[in-house]
Amino acid sequence: MSNVREDLIVTDIDAYLDIHEHKSLLRFITCGSVDDGKSTLIGRLLYETHLVFEDHLTALEADSKRFGTQGAELDLALLVDGLAAEREQGITIDVAYRFFSTERRKFIVADTPGHEQYTRNMVTGASTAELAVILIDARKGVITQTRRHSFLVSLLGIRKIVVAINKLDLVDYSEDVFEQIQSDYRTFAAEIGLGTAGQPEIVCIPISALRGDNITEPSANTPWYAGPSLIEHLETVEIGDNAANGPFRMPVQWVNRPDSDFRGFSGTIVGGSIRPGDMVRALPSGTTSTVARISTFDGDLDEGIAGQSVTLVLADEIDVSRGSVLCAADEPAEIADQFEAHIVWMHEKLMQPGRQYFLKLGTVTAGLTISPPKYKVDVNTLEHLAARTLALNEIGVCTISTDRPIPFDSYTSNRDMGGFIIIDRLSNATVGAGLIHFALRRSTNVHWQAVDVTPEARSALKGHQPVVVWLTGLSGAGKSTIANQLEQRLHALGAHTFLLDGDNVRHGLNRDLGFTEADRIENVRRVVEVSRLMADAGLIVLVSFISPFRAERQLARELIGEGRFCEVFVDAPIEVAEARDPKGLYAKARSGLLPNFTGVDSPYEAPDDPEIRIDTIATSPGEASEAIVAQLRAMNIIS
Amino acid sequence: MRTLTHLERLEAESIHIMREAVSESERPVMLYSVGKDSATMLHLARKAFHPSPPPFPLLHVDTTWKFQAMYEFREKMVAEVGMELLVYQNPECIELGINPFDHGSAMHTDMWKTEGLKQALDLYGFDAAFGGARRDEEKSRAKERIFSLRSAQHRWDPKLQRPELWRTYNARTAPGESIRVFPLSNWTELDVWQYIHREGIPIVPLYFAESRPVVERNGTLIMVDDDRMQLESGEVPMMRKVRFRTLGCYPLTGAIESEAGTLPEIIQEMLLATTSERQGRMIDFDSSASMEKKKQEGYF
Ligand SMILES: Nc1nc2c(ncn2[C@@H]2O[C@H](COP(=O)(O)OP(=O)(O)O)[C@@H](O)[C@H]2O)c(=O)[nH]1
Repeated sequence: MSNVREDLIVTDIDAYLDIHEHKSLLRFITCGSVDDGKSTLIGRLLYETHLVFEDHLTALEADSKRFGTQGAELDLALLVDGLAAEREQGITIDVAYRFFSTERRKFIVADTPGHEQYTRNMVTGASTAELAVILIDARKGVITQTRRHSFLVSLLGIRKIVVAINKLDLVDYSEDVFEQIQSDYRTFAAEIGLGTAGQPEIVCIPISALRGDNITEPSANTPWYAGPSLIEHLETVEIGDNAANGPFRMPVQWVNRPDSDFRGFSGTIVGGSIRPGDMVRALPSGTTSTVARISTFDGDLDEGIAGQSVTLVLADEIDVSRGSVLCAADEPAEIADQFEAHIVWMHEKLMQPGRQYFLKLGTVTAGLTISPPKYKVDVNTLEHLAARTLALNEIGVCTISTDRPIPFDSYTSNRDMGGFIIIDRLSNATVGAGLIHFALRRSTNVHWQAVDVTPEARSALKGHQPVVVWLTGLSGAGKSTIANQLEQRLHALGAHTFLLDGDNVRHGLNRDLGFTEADRIENVRRVVEVSRLMADAGLIVLVSFISPFRAERQLARELIGEGRFCEVFVDAPIEVAEARDPKGLYAKARSGLLPNFTGVDSPYEAPDDPEIRIDTIATSPGEASEAIVAQLRAMNIIS
Repeated sequence: MRTLTHLERLEAESIHIMREAVSESERPVMLYSVGKDSATMLHLARKAFHPSPPPFPLLHVDTTWKFQAMYEFREKMVAEVGMELLVYQNPECIELGINPFDHGSAMHTDMWKTEGLKQALDLYGFDAAFGGARRDEEKSRAKERIFSLRSAQHRWDPKLQRPELWRTYNARTAPGESIRVFPLSNWTELDVWQYIHREGIPIVPLYFAESRPVVERNGTLIMVDDDRMQLESGEVPMMRKVRFRTLGCYPLTGAIESEAGTLPEIIQEMLLATTSERQGRMIDFDSSASMEKKKQEGYF
């Protein structure tokens, strides 16, 4: 029993506390398919480390009779069972965190059961784990799920693997069965690169979670096994990852400025270590300085190491804010805005290539677009499959772009610098996660063509400011009519204009695109880019475009720039637009000839806060264009 | 190379969480309930932002029925840390005179605490609130996120909860929504005590055994803290050496008989104890899933 010093609790509590204060911490994840014994194993670990109180045991006895699978015996699995709804269904569907501790270590276990959401849960649990316990049912051996678990564990960068071959009591504690499974696993693991040099290290342990064999001490039932018990191994396995020994990294969380005498940068060290006097480089600005102090509440430190939360004071006033990364000056992180990455999709709504999401990497939040996957990975066979998108629990390799250059390292060299979450801009949900492999286009290589004739110079010549007037609304709402009249009116005022009409663009520039959601997004993207170029040329660009999705119009606004973007909501109720039906399109759509038609079987998301809304029932096209001209005056576009 | 101890790692993680929450929210607040977990959280907040004071106020959702020693301690702490303290008492409860004796513990807790908390958050428009809950407290808490999203009605919806990877937290909210942030998620009760011991964090004296006037009611020792205590016929307060494992409203908080007058002794008793911490807090007795129901309704 590893709690040998329990006697100290009674005889010398101070000595006991001293030992416990200096324990280390290991975070691990348990993986296994349903019924392999994960819950039983975790229940067993809690029980053996005396974390089960009498009142819990009383509840457990009652529960065992009601829900248990062990007849009159205690069902340890029930100790770790979850939310009420799940309990009724007899399955758990999320990640739960459990705690236990021995004399040497405290442990945090990510318990990730459930089949449906398995990939999402396992990836979540594995992201903070340093070790994985992969359970195998001795009667079944290495099965498909074992491959899946091993792949995910290695993908998420876990360096240590324990293969717990469970239910050995059901195969008469047979050495042959254990050896066969161990050799099968090692063969398979080598195929996917596990257990080889530089890859996670693998240890196989024969156990019975139910009977307690080889959990805390060597079992008499397995005299042929000379290795450590599970707890013994967990207590002694070396902790630490690549990043701790790598170059210094600290993403800045918060600028600490209580008064004009103190300016510090607070953050968690996610790589390497730092000492006063060390030279650091701040990214993305690239400026360097030296560390003057490592400040904490408990006094200045001589050294800060990976995992610590500190506040650095630098010798010089350089440009650093939240989202900057302080790096070892001679080994800084890279900076880029286009990457190849593994993407794990975690949401019921499909990934939309081309749509704008947010990426959060460390303390940086940036706009993110994802290309269609190069391939997706079948997590069971590890085959690469063609894919146009990713669904919940799917994993693929994609090219991603951010709306500005960000500092990063590859995920394999530093999890915190290469792992990011993906956030939906509208719902704010976390819809996916990504692991950066490498940069496709380093920012240092991107040189914008320097231009001497600036947009300001061009617009000065034209006598007005550039703008994109974006008319959105249902088909038949009156966008084209209003846009035409508006252009005539502006022309008469001496403005340089150009009208981009959605229908016309589809005949040329976007001839290759259809009406699926992905194609529509690309359609909008191209129109945004073209109108932006025209605005750069100094023109007043009138875009007449159904553009039904708020997210796309938001993207247009962001790319073109606030102040250069005037959203006009041409508002007509669907019944009115449909009654007008100038091109006979609604009739076709209703008869099923035009799938995905906005307003019929595809939604139109009205703007929440357009620069101007035109009520087409109450307003004539002439009045509408006057109103827009007035708005452009108010925005100081024309005088 | 040096590795951090478990307490050092927990401390660093809590600090990281607090800095993220403050950076990503507009109006953060720390829920301060005067107990040992709040004391630990407050201490961590001072570390997180040092030398600046923590950039948020403390909010005590008060029921007027806390132990007198808690009110005294609260005033002392606030003066020491120099932070703003907001005390909120649900005006409806004051008007109706809601108390645990006449209205029962469930209604008392619901109206003062659950409703009071919602009202206070709405009143001040806080979009992030730090709470001292831990995952080891109760089975259903084991799955709670560190950043836990609440709807505009303060409801916790399991389907809205976001996956949390690495130390990258998504604190984005729509107008009206808010985030409860639990910096002590990964601490156990022993960790908290050990840390209080290591850091010398001040705590309310009620945690230490002392001779106090109590009555025994349904097998629980209740302290007679002031003259509002409604004694039942035949009940006579008696002096016993007791302490409290958890602090709340005095009529609802069970004392345990104890000799533990120092932190090591408290920890010693805890380690040798055979029942879990929440036994002393009457709110959870009914059913094993009651905490979860409470959470859905907005009780932290
Ligand atoms: N005989 C035997 N049964 C086990 C062992 N471990 C788990 N079981 C049983 O296998 C079943 C599924 O276990 P459980 O822990 O719920 O599996 P989970 O789905 O992986 O959490 C239960 O009936 C357990 O009692 C073991 O080592 N030996």
